[in-house]
Amino acid sequence: MLKQIEGSRAVAEAVALCRPEVICAYPISPQTHIVEALSEMVRTGDIRPCEYINVESEFAALSVAIGASAAGARAYTATASQGLLFMAEAVFNASGLGLPIVMTIANRAIGAPINIWNDHSDSMALRDSGWLQLFAENNQEALDLHIQAFKLAEALSLPVMVCMDGFILTHAYERVDIPSQELVDSYLPPYEPRQLLDPDDPVSIGAMVGPEAFTEVRYLAHARQLQALALIPELALEFSQCFGREAGGLISEYHSEGADTVIVALGSVLGTIKDVVDALRAEGASIGVLAIKTFRPFPLDAVREALAQAKRVVVIERSFAIGQGGIVADSLRKALAGLHIPTHTVVAGLGGRPITTVSLERLFRTALSGALANLSFLDLDQGAVDRVLAHEREVRRSGPLANRIVHEIARTSVRIE
Amino acid sequence: MSFQPVRFYQTGTYTVGNRLLDEAQRTVQATVARANSLTSGHRACQGCGEALGARYAMDAAMHASDRQMVVVNATGCLEVFSTPYPETSWQVPWMHSLFGNAPAVATGVAAALRVKGRRNVRVIAQGGDGGTTDIGFGCLSGMFERNDDVLYICYDNQAYMNTGVQRSSATPAAARTATTPAKGPAPGNEFGQGKFLPEIAMAHRIPYVATASVADLRDLEAKVEEATHLRGARYIHVLVPCPLGWGAASSDTIRLARLATESGLFPIFEARFGEVSEARPIRRLVPVNEFLRLQKRFAHLFEPTIDTERIAVIQAQADRNIKRYALLP
Repeated sequence: MLKQIEGSRAVAEAVALCRPEVICAYPISPQTHIVEALSEMVRTGDIRPCEYINVESEFAALSVAIGASAAGARAYTATASQGLLFMAEAVFNASGLGLPIVMTIANRAIGAPINIWNDHSDSMALRDSGWLQLFAENNQEALDLHIQAFKLAEALSLPVMVCMDGFILTHAYERVDIPSQELVDSYLPPYEPRQLLDPDDPVSIGAMVGPEAFTEVRYLAHARQLQALALIPELALEFSQCFGREAGGLISEYHSEGADTVIVALGSVLGTIKDVVDALRAEGASIGVLAIKTFRPFPLDAVREALAQAKRVVVIERSFAIGQGGIVADSLRKALAGLHIPTHTVVAGLGGRPITTVSLERLFRTALSGALANLSFLDLDQGAVDRVLAHEREVRRSGPLANRIVHEIARTSVRIE
Repeated sequence: MSFQPVRFYQTGTYTVGNRLLDEAQRTVQATVARANSLTSGHRACQGCGEALGARYAMDAAMHASDRQMVVVNATGCLEVFSTPYPETSWQVPWMHSLFGNAPAVATGVAAALRVKGRRNVRVIAQGGDGGTTDIGFGCLSGMFERNDDVLYICYDNQAYMNTGVQRSSATPAAARTATTPAKGPAPGNEFGQGKFLPEIAMAHRIPYVATASVADLRDLEAKVEEATHLRGARYIHVLVPCPLGWGAASSDTIRLARLATESGLFPIFEARFGEVSEARPIRRLVPVNEFLRLQKRFAHLFEPTIDTERIAVIQAQADRNIKRYALLP
């Protein structure tokens, strides 16, 4: 059924269609609308049978999901930003225990300085936690990925994060097609755990493993993630056959075949990028887009194949490894090892700064002319940071990074076009 | 003619294994049908109070639940010594997740069982004092506040024994630990409020809170049995001496637990919905000295000179408990 609804509501409807049995949540912007909608659906009996647990922290939220999943229930939670970091220990634990929990990440920046707006720092900080990570481009895909996520998680016995841009997607009203319960039931079978906390067949879960077997356990975790590289395209294909539309997969290409310059990105910014690329292609520019849909496991082979003929790759990243550079670009360089394709990192949209068509067009023209630096920051107020740096050279005092730059930017009141 | 008095076991005491008692009154451990939830072969130290307490508590819960229960264990000695991969001592469905999340994991297990319609399966979470009064305290308070259907049992040995005897918020005043060394002008742990979790649990007005010790195992069993039958959040705090951490003889575990309760330092009571319903009277009052001097962690109170001032403060804490819980009726 077509509906004009908020992204969070669409995700809640998708989760409900997946028949979750335990939902636990601790509120954090911009995840709140998802768990509010779900609490209502549980209260009214639209999701049944299901337990909705209001917990006292994100650490407890995921811990409740861990217990529920180990006891055989399909478990779901959602979080963002500080919340994901607060539950970090349990994030690693859930994957180590092989529990197929699905968790929505309403992507948001991490403080300090505190910032509630969108970027990918949260998901990226936990990218090596053993979870699968899927990134949604729009609200329809966010909805669809949740349905795929439960199937994927339970097939591999691994937890899955469905990442969607906070506010940009979670709070945007868009038309989405909500599938029928029958259709979802035909795609997603009930959860059948491999191992269960059951008095009739007692097992010990979570024993201590020493040096004699720890490496093997980690190897198996890696092997399972590599299995996902084969399974994710299969599930995406099955999904499209069942639901009549494309969603998910490892990567998706947009005019990238034969393009000299390929823009790589993940998440909602892809829509804006495609608009700008359309305009430039209309002028005859050789430019295309590669969307990363699955960030963990990272599809090295698929990316390499897709980009092998490119002359230049530009990665638009909504996150940044401080002191090192681009996180996605790093993985790309690994995928392109030996191919000698220049790979540029563009850090954009941190802490909710809009990534506009105007800025992207300017950026892409620079890239097409061959003048793009290895690492650049879209719409950076270079003057303001230079003044702060100059000031810091003169005054040797420790203190927060934010104060002076905020003052500088307010003083010059830079307008972002 | 010399004669030797014949001693009979007395009914009416809490003597474990008392086979003169009525079948129904006998301890779980006295029955051949006991569950052996925590079987032998685990790697606890000789004289471990926690292993003893956990075994009695779990067997009693198995008995009370008709073997329909799931256990969630916080990280700590109990977890480490019972499940070194690929071995396990547990004869019950058992799960270890993290140090600080056992109450929340147990909540999740209980929720799953409820959804599955298995309300007869009882959920127990357990951990040491570090996992309970410190790192797991937030999750525990949340579980209490929601009144989740979980029985949480804390085995309190008054410090982080698994990591090598560091101070926890349950470490008593003046006790020497690896992080409160017996050095300087005020050796050992600081004198402060400490954290007596049973009273904090009571403040949540949950259906059942009790304390127990390994000196009175029948009492522990009875409390676990009662708590297993109740619904909602329940809490039992068990004092379990640690020979290693307390610097005491392995053979003194029971004696130390008894001296802790008989001195008033560790009151034994039950509380329902936040009100004390029953306190176990002290049978033979002893001064705190008797408890303290058997342990190397308090040696600095007695050598080179007797620190009467600080011992008096500890005695005052015991006296306060005696008064507060009416331990000398």
